[in-house]
Amino acid sequence: MLYFSKLKIIFILIISLFLILIASSNLFKFDNSFLKRNINLGLDLQGGSYLLLEIDNKPVIEQKLQNLTITLRDYFKGKNIKLVNFILQNEKILFKVNDKDKQKVLDIFNDKESEINPYYERFKSHQLEIAEENDFLSVIFSKQGLVKLKTSSQEQALEIVRRRIDEVGTNEPNILKRGNDRILVELPGLDDPMRVKTLLGKTANLTFRFVSNNNEDSFGNEKLNYEDEEGSEFVSKRIILSGDNLLDAQPRMDSETNETVVTFSLDRVGAKRFGKATSKGIGRQLAIILDGKIISAPVIQDTIAGGSGQITGGFTFQSATDLALLLRSGALPAPLNIIEERTVGPSLGQDSIDAGIIALVIGFVLVIVFIIVKYKIFGIITNTALIINLILLVGVLTLFEATLTLPGIAGIILTVGMAVDANVLIFERIREELKNEKNRLIAFDSGYSKSKTAILDANITTLLAAIILFFMGSGPIKGFSITLGVGIFTTLFSVYFIARLLTVLYISKNKDKEVVI
Amino acid sequence: MISFNKYYNQFNILSISLVVISLLFLIFKGLNFGIDFKGGILIELRSTDSKVNVSSLRDRFNQMDLGDVSVKKFGNETDYLIKFENKDNKKNIIEEVKKSLDKSFGNNIDFRRVENVGPKVSAELLNSGIIAISVALALMLIYIWIRFEWQFSLGAICALFHDVIVTLGLFSLLGLEINLSIIAAVLTIVGYSMNDTVVIFDRVRENLRKYADIKIFELTNISINETLSRTLITSITTLLALVSIFIFGGEILKGFSLAMIFGVIFGTYSSIYIANTILVRLNVSQKTILKDEEKN
Repeated sequence: MLYFSKLKIIFILIISLFLILIASSNLFKFDNSFLKRNINLGLDLQGGSYLLLEIDNKPVIEQKLQNLTITLRDYFKGKNIKLVNFILQNEKILFKVNDKDKQKVLDIFNDKESEINPYYERFKSHQLEIAEENDFLSVIFSKQGLVKLKTSSQEQALEIVRRRIDEVGTNEPNILKRGNDRILVELPGLDDPMRVKTLLGKTANLTFRFVSNNNEDSFGNEKLNYEDEEGSEFVSKRIILSGDNLLDAQPRMDSETNETVVTFSLDRVGAKRFGKATSKGIGRQLAIILDGKIISAPVIQDTIAGGSGQITGGFTFQSATDLALLLRSGALPAPLNIIEERTVGPSLGQDSIDAGIIALVIGFVLVIVFIIVKYKIFGIITNTALIINLILLVGVLTLFEATLTLPGIAGIILTVGMAVDANVLIFERIREELKNEKNRLIAFDSGYSKSKTAILDANITTLLAAIILFFMGSGPIKGFSITLGVGIFTTLFSVYFIARLLTVLYISKNKDKEVVI
Repeated sequence: MISFNKYYNQFNILSISLVVISLLFLIFKGLNFGIDFKGGILIELRSTDSKVNVSSLRDRFNQMDLGDVSVKKFGNETDYLIKFENKDNKKNIIEEVKKSLDKSFGNNIDFRRVENVGPKVSAELLNSGIIAISVALALMLIYIWIRFEWQFSLGAICALFHDVIVTLGLFSLLGLEINLSIIAAVLTIVGYSMNDTVVIFDRVRENLRKYADIKIFELTNISINETLSRTLITSITTLLALVSIFIFGGEILKGFSLAMIFGVIFGTYSSIYIANTILVRLNVSQKTILKDEEKN
């Protein structure tokens, strides 16, 4: 195990120098694009916000089922089957049909070619499941149908969330899917996530609807409250315009009234409808409704044909800016709830970096001193390998632009403590071998080869723990598993290539002298 | 040579009692779960204002009617850690708290860290933590089963369970908080303890091949002694690193490094006094390993 071919030495040197160069790019600014790499600092070190959002799909499911009842009724009417007594509850449709038609309905639902119940060949499942329940037939979304629905609403929500966050202009946000109904948002450098939270907390469902003259909470009307003022209005359920028709929205200062407003422009369909509604409805109040609350309900003075208009509602400049932003980026398919939030301010992040570095330096010095006292000249070899190990570790982390977290720094310090283990195993073994073996070279050689299995076993067990942590852990903990895991590889490299090379050089230079470990 | 084997029985009794006591603590006193696993809100704040202290903060928070609020100093004189349940699951609770504090103390309060973990997430985190530790133990069992004979893997697993249970028991006894980083620490302890055990086992197996006539009782002692200086040096360097994290690494890493320090000490102890004694009790001999090698 002591022989190194020239080729191998060159190979070791190239890898080491390459990684050292990469590691140094954290300190110097290189112009070369390949070397322009940095270890990313995790949110706990640079400060920032981590938000986990959950999509509340219940309204979406209910809306879909609501639409489905109409589709079903019409579809079966065309087949001369009458479905009656529709009830919609707990994400389930119930209806009745006379006994002779029951089987027919069931067959249509379970037919793979069914027009109303799509069949997913890949999952061997229909979109809907039908079952008999007392006198009723019940229809629910199948497991696969729900998954489809959730993924599609997640997809839409992700897009909207991205647009809203981009508009706020935080640097390098990280927006990712989690499961099929969650979205993870990481906002580095943002120490007060309040504005983002407010923006994400709104569905931003905008509708224009006429205020009804008929003051009754009846079928076609509903009672809605004003957003901030007292009072309420009865408004028609019929939607004149919705947020989908908006092309753009901007905050403006109205020069006549000196009031902040939000101006908007509509697409062609929207402009046409808006023109028609405003020409027919002169003198009536048109309510502008956001997420079920009335922003304002101005009286129509004149036909608005140009496809643009403005919303007043006692805005401050900030609230007008936010409303315009929400309208521009579009409505979320479903409400989002923040189910986990972790925010670290920049001052704490910097303190953590400082503390981490101090702990690293002190831990490192303690270990180095201990090893030198213990092993003298071979201590120097071990320590050289240890220092190179640390630089290689930083190099690999930089190469992959890994994220360094506070527990990640702890992982590096721990690697320093555990990395000497392999060299200790080897040197202790050599000591033993030297007792029985006169030939130094043979003793060193068998020291290396006999300790190999123990070193491998020891490192594989730690690696297993690191791998599990990587897959189970989130954020900071993941950072720990990365440094711990990468540390094992750089440790083995530095022990078997660098420390061994130095050992070989040392004993071949001192062939005639006594060597003491 | 140190006669470790003289005390096998005594230390086995000690280990069993430690495990039993730990289990009793875990069952009756339980663990002090942090917000990661219990849900709730944590605020770390800093203020140089002399009006701000533990009791004035506690008063202020009690007026906000947030239920059970814990307020304590965190690290130095100007930092405080506040924890409470968000029992009504209010959406803008953090903003409300901030406004209320700004009102009573002026704008002198800096929120250095805010964590808000909903009940669903905390349940999932706890679950995945338990799964992670179980998977780690199972993988170690499988790994050592492949590498050694079953007697060895039983010994190693007993040592692992001992380390995990006693470390958690100590956390229960001292009322220290269990959060995500403690799970990371426990997993690392599992790796470390295994590592320590495997090195000694490796030597036991080598010696079993070498000496047919030495009884396992003596043989484990020889093996422990032969690997002792390595065991000690590695434990010491690891502890040096950990103590450095504990003292200088800041408040956030305190729990993590403390758990690891306990774990390394227990891990070193258990590989000597649990893993090996199980080999002795199972009467492992040269036949045990030779039988297995013939099969292959």
